[in-house]
Amino acid sequence: MLNYFLKRLFVMLLMIVLVSTMIFFLFRTMPGDPTAFVVDPSIPPEARQQLLERYGLDGSLWDQYKVFITDLARLDFGDSFFYNRPAIEIIQEKLAATLILMLTAMVFAYTMGIFGGAWMAWRRGSRLESLGITISLIFRSAPTFWVGLMMILLFSVRLAWFPAQGMRTAGTGGGTFAEMFLNLDFLRHLILPAIVAGMYFMATPMLIMRNSMLEVMSEDYIEMARAKGTKERHILYRHAARNALLPVVTAGALFIGASIGGQVLLEVVFSWPGLGREIVTAVTRHDYPLAQGCFIIISAMVMFMNLIADMLYAFLDPRISYN
Amino acid sequence: MNIATLNKKGNSKSISRLFLKNLKYDKLALIGVVLLIFFIGVAVFSDGIAPHGPRDRHYDEEGSIRRLEPPSLEHPFGTTDVGRDIFSQVVLGTRTALTVGLLAAFLVTVVGSIVGIVAGYYGGWVDTVIMRVVDFFYAIPFIPFVIVLSAVLKPSIWNVILAVSLLSWRTVARLVRSQVLSIVERPFIKAGRVAGAGDLRLMIKYILPNVIPLILLEMAFMVNWAIAAEASIAFLGFGDPSVPSWGQILHIVFSTGNSRVAWWWITTPGVAIVLLLLSIFFVARALEEVVDPRLRRR
Repeated sequence: MLNYFLKRLFVMLLMIVLVSTMIFFLFRTMPGDPTAFVVDPSIPPEARQQLLERYGLDGSLWDQYKVFITDLARLDFGDSFFYNRPAIEIIQEKLAATLILMLTAMVFAYTMGIFGGAWMAWRRGSRLESLGITISLIFRSAPTFWVGLMMILLFSVRLAWFPAQGMRTAGTGGGTFAEMFLNLDFLRHLILPAIVAGMYFMATPMLIMRNSMLEVMSEDYIEMARAKGTKERHILYRHAARNALLPVVTAGALFIGASIGGQVLLEVVFSWPGLGREIVTAVTRHDYPLAQGCFIIISAMVMFMNLIADMLYAFLDPRISYN
Repeated sequence: MNIATLNKKGNSKSISRLFLKNLKYDKLALIGVVLLIFFIGVAVFSDGIAPHGPRDRHYDEEGSIRRLEPPSLEHPFGTTDVGRDIFSQVVLGTRTALTVGLLAAFLVTVVGSIVGIVAGYYGGWVDTVIMRVVDFFYAIPFIPFVIVLSAVLKPSIWNVILAVSLLSWRTVARLVRSQVLSIVERPFIKAGRVAGAGDLRLMIKYILPNVIPLILLEMAFMVNWAIAAEASIAFLGFGDPSVPSWGQILHIVFSTGNSRVAWWWITTPGVAIVLLLLSIFFVARALEEVVDPRLRRR
């Protein structure tokens, strides 16, 4: 198990280096002079040269790449052109916001999805079941950014129940973690985007749970439990649901990667100060040290979550061994 | 995944027959087909259906611009902040959505299928190398990559298609490969080889017909994927500004701050996206039942 984990970790690091290399060269193939966005082309050449040196933009592409890769090992992505601060500092600030929103949405989606899916399989063929399927499919098809816009219009503008944007009311909250995240104001800001993201994530675990429940429920041990006279609810959650969980976990691993996209768009819609919104603004500002950094951290995050899901899978199913 | 029938001859005819038979009792699939035909009709004849140009400004009798008017008989979906007809924009956006969806899905399935068939057929180190490349593409997060690429390339509809296709083939390649791996072991492949068929002939005439159902199914899902991706790119403002699209309408309403005022302006393009994606999904699901007989029992 540990061996497998270390091997996967090594492959992951290799992938991060490859992805970083790709993104480095992608930004350098931008049409036109990429430095023109950072350094005003009309200023005197000597001053321009000085600025280029400061941002590490002089020297050949290969020299720049060497510096980039060695800095990457120290998690140094260079200085952001826009903020004039190390990109990693900005990323650190945004990462927490992204993770909190994402994990809240995931927990919401998985709880609802697993219980809803189990329930739907139990009530198979009923009107409520097909209603449940249709609703979850509608939320799966609806672009998150559009659902977000509609929710803001309804719950923030019309009903004024929740704030429409940001992570906290202007002027409140301090620098420490507790002051930033552990208060009611933050919760009020979190609810709407978390629900929208959760509704979007929910369909996948719910439908998989339903299908695998249907499979499990035809097994002999369920029949046995029935024959013993066990309570229905008891059979549903203790006997059937436990064994049906496995495919939900595996599918979850693959799904995390896809969910990042929805997250990026939601952060833009809700002005959520996270990595997704930052990468969009950094790209429009041609602030590529920051955009590169965000991209690499997001890829690493996806890969790491996939790894955790794989480990969890082995932990849940004793039949699987990675040795 | 099982295939309904495994034989050397293609079975696309039996697929369409089974699919039509399914429509009789699968109400959702029927709704999907009807909706999809409707959308395709709108896309083909959009120039005739749209009453106005997407950027035309409209004035009332007194000569002032019809700003932010809710739906009326004249403008069934209302007007924008500069007096443009939203109905025309939504109608014209249908063509963009379907074009991007179909072209990208076609590109992705062709590339993915070729890669998958080659990897599965040759096996060995060819397979290992190709699958490592596929793994690499799986490590790249889709939307962030598409954002970066659309920003690096010039904003045009072709670059959007390229950006979407560049990563999506990985899913098709992986699925087709695993299917091919099981087909290569069947006796008729050996029979073909003994009869003197070359690698290329075996791949095209023997293997391809048997993965066609799976490829068709994946293509349907890819159309959805591409349409959603195009809408996202356009919404973020990285789309082609000269082509009217649903994502672009939502981009303008959001960036001008009118998404909090004009419900008619944000509702219609979003509903159009949802309906189109749902219709394709229902059709794909019905197709899946035909392709995978195990699902038919449920």
